Amino acid sequence: MRTWHLLWQQLRRYPSALVGLALIGLFVALSLYAVLAIPYREALLLWRGGEQWQDYPRNAAPAWTNWWRRSKLPETIVVRESSAEATVEETFPDGRRLRMTLAFPYGYGEFPQEMNLFVEADFIESRPFASLLWQTPDGRQFDLGTYRLRGRERISLSQNRDLARRLGAPAHIALLSEPGARPLELTGRVLPGEHRLILDLVMFEDDAEVSTKLISYGRVHGLAGTDHQRRDLMVALLWGTPIALAFGLLAAVGTTVTTLVVAAAGVWLGGWIDAAIQRITEVNMILPMLPVLVMVGALYSRSIWVMLGVVVLFGIFSAGIKMYRAMLLPVRDAPYIEAARAYGAGHWRIILRYMIPRVLPVLIPAFVTLIPSFVFLEASLAVLGLGDPVLPTWGKILNDAQSEGALYNGYYYWVVAPAVMLMLSGLGFAMLGFAMDRIFNPRLRAG
Amino acid sequence: MNEQSVNLTAAAATGSTVDPSVVVAARELHTWFELRRWGLFRVGNVRAVDGVSFELRRGEAAAFVGESGCGKSSLARTLLGLYRPTSGQVVFEGREMGGLDRGQRRDYRARVGYVQQDPYGALAPFMDVRRILREPLIVNRVGDRGERETRIRAALEEVGLSPPTDFLEKFPHMLSGGQQQRVVIARALILQPSLLIADEPVSMLDASVRVEILNLLRDIRRSRKLTLAFVTHDLSTVRHFAERIFVMYAGRMAEVAPVEALLARPRHPYTEALLAALPDPDPENAGRLRELPAGEPPSLLDPPSGCRFHPRCPHRIAGLCETREPPDFEVAPGHVAACWLNQE
Repeated sequence: MRTWHLLWQQLRRYPSALVGLALIGLFVALSLYAVLAIPYREALLLWRGGEQWQDYPRNAAPAWTNWWRRSKLPETIVVRESSAEATVEETFPDGRRLRMTLAFPYGYGEFPQEMNLFVEADFIESRPFASLLWQTPDGRQFDLGTYRLRGRERISLSQNRDLARRLGAPAHIALLSEPGARPLELTGRVLPGEHRLILDLVMFEDDAEVSTKLISYGRVHGLAGTDHQRRDLMVALLWGTPIALAFGLLAAVGTTVTTLVVAAAGVWLGGWIDAAIQRITEVNMILPMLPVLVMVGALYSRSIWVMLGVVVLFGIFSAGIKMYRAMLLPVRDAPYIEAARAYGAGHWRIILRYMIPRVLPVLIPAFVTLIPSFVFLEASLAVLGLGDPVLPTWGKILNDAQSEGALYNGYYYWVVAPAVMLMLSGLGFAMLGFAMDRIFNPRLRAG
Repeated sequence: MNEQSVNLTAAAATGSTVDPSVVVAARELHTWFELRRWGLFRVGNVRAVDGVSFELRRGEAAAFVGESGCGKSSLARTLLGLYRPTSGQVVFEGREMGGLDRGQRRDYRARVGYVQQDPYGALAPFMDVRRILREPLIVNRVGDRGERETRIRAALEEVGLSPPTDFLEKFPHMLSGGQQQRVVIARALILQPSLLIADEPVSMLDASVRVEILNLLRDIRRSRKLTLAFVTHDLSTVRHFAERIFVMYAGRMAEVAPVEALLARPRHPYTEALLAALPDPDPENAGRLRELPAGEPPSLLDPPSGCRFHPRCPHRIAGLCETREPPDFEVAPGHVAACWLNQE
């Protein structure tokens, strides 16, 4: 307890340490929030993508990019209506005709990305009919066709080629345009005001119901935007935090602790054990780790935990052993260790309780700066396409961005957000680590 | 029953009867270190301890004296069991050490305390005093939590660090050199040893603290009836402290005698030289050069033939000293010198 207090007293004098601590604290808070707000299983399901994202736009920029846009890009608008609330125009035996009006006020100066109508019809065997009519605020009307409804369907207004040919442009542009001098002339300007989508429904069963949802997909979304699968990038940015921290921390602890114990055991036990450890280290040092990881990922498993295991395994006999050995050799011959042998302390007690604690303080700063290097390693693997197949991570976002040509297509936010997260995490640990280095190794202070 | 049989084998092996007043005995003890070239080829042996025999009785204070590199520290470490003797035996309270199994060896180590030269180095810098003193108890599975705490406090009181509460939480760097050495002594005593081996316990302390520590060791030895083996290069500190002096030269005993006899009438030229080297606070000495034996201590890798001191000896007997090793001559009861000058 007192040791921690002393450490804090020292750290307080380094602004860089405070900034580093603040950044790390922020990341820890983000992790906690992510884990609490989106439970693990839900996060995996969300990241798998699919129907649950159908209300979200594709490749939308973050909403805050509108701050510096003169003409604001639209956000997503969803209008719902159900036949239970619609006006019944006529009833006849075993059925009714009714009119549903979806009021669609549109005030943006830019066209939406896409428009879809989702229809859910509840009936037993006779399929209802729906005629779609678009009414503009200035009173023009467009017939959008008649559909015979199935149970659930998506009527894509924007991708209907017939409609586009008739209107002269994809529906979400043609319908919202200001009229030109000639019919079907495209002005490129939005006609603001309340547009209406009118559904004339004919149902042939008394208790048949229809509910609809008109979605005008925006071109900006949320804090982080969306990707090519309509997934909200925020999910991966949030959940990437605890995964990155856990991976970095576990890998750093795993490699440092095992390396230290092996180095201390070699120094203390000496003889052929020491020689074997040294030779294994030398061989291991020239084995390149990344290709090995690529092979493991390609041939065995891309699970992040398998990767962690391989990283730790290869990290045991790393170059660190040479450094620790140099630090531990003088400790081996320290009188206090001779005294411990004289009162009967065993080999493992001497290695774990007498030798390692002696060098530990010097290694803590290096340990802190080691954490982000493993975070980066995980991201690099993901960018190489060896990321965990199910987990949402920063590296996976970068990988998707790269394979979808994000920068070429101008989706800079797709690359910038995860890159900033990676850089800030590296910065936080580095700033804390360098400050701690000055505290634990006072000789550095002079320079 | 078992103990007795061990005693018997020990006695049989040494060919003498077991004297219960003897705490520790060395019989023809050799501790050699193998020297290899490139870690492979044997070049030779460093004969740090080369045929040493003696007995220490209960409550006795013995000083092992000699120059640096004469093998006295190696002898201490061999007695502690830190070095395995190349040949010969260490017999502790009737048991031969080489025949001990793991558990017995641990017991043995608990019965022998060790005080080192450098008090700061002898204390783990990351442990507080309480943990430093608790470690030997934990390693030897002594008592429970409460009993350990009482023993730790008692040990601190005994070495004059009182009240113990002021010191339990301190780390070694917060203590003065004298206090550090007191903690080292407390640690050596906490397992209730019957033999205390002190390797130059005061040579790194300030002169003012030396006397305090020496007096402390003397008081503890008296009150506990401890056997004390005191290793030093400095005859002046043992004068008023030890009962017997063992003078070592090049891995062998040169002369063994009670303090007064040795100081009054040394019977080995090397002892004479050591005594002559003692500083004498007499102003008349200021301009006088002393006569000291020339040369350096011999190589322990290839010790001189015959008497090991002969290349430096001012009284060398030509034709005898360089060829034949002198036996131990008993010049007076309890006074033994390995020098041909004592031949009748």
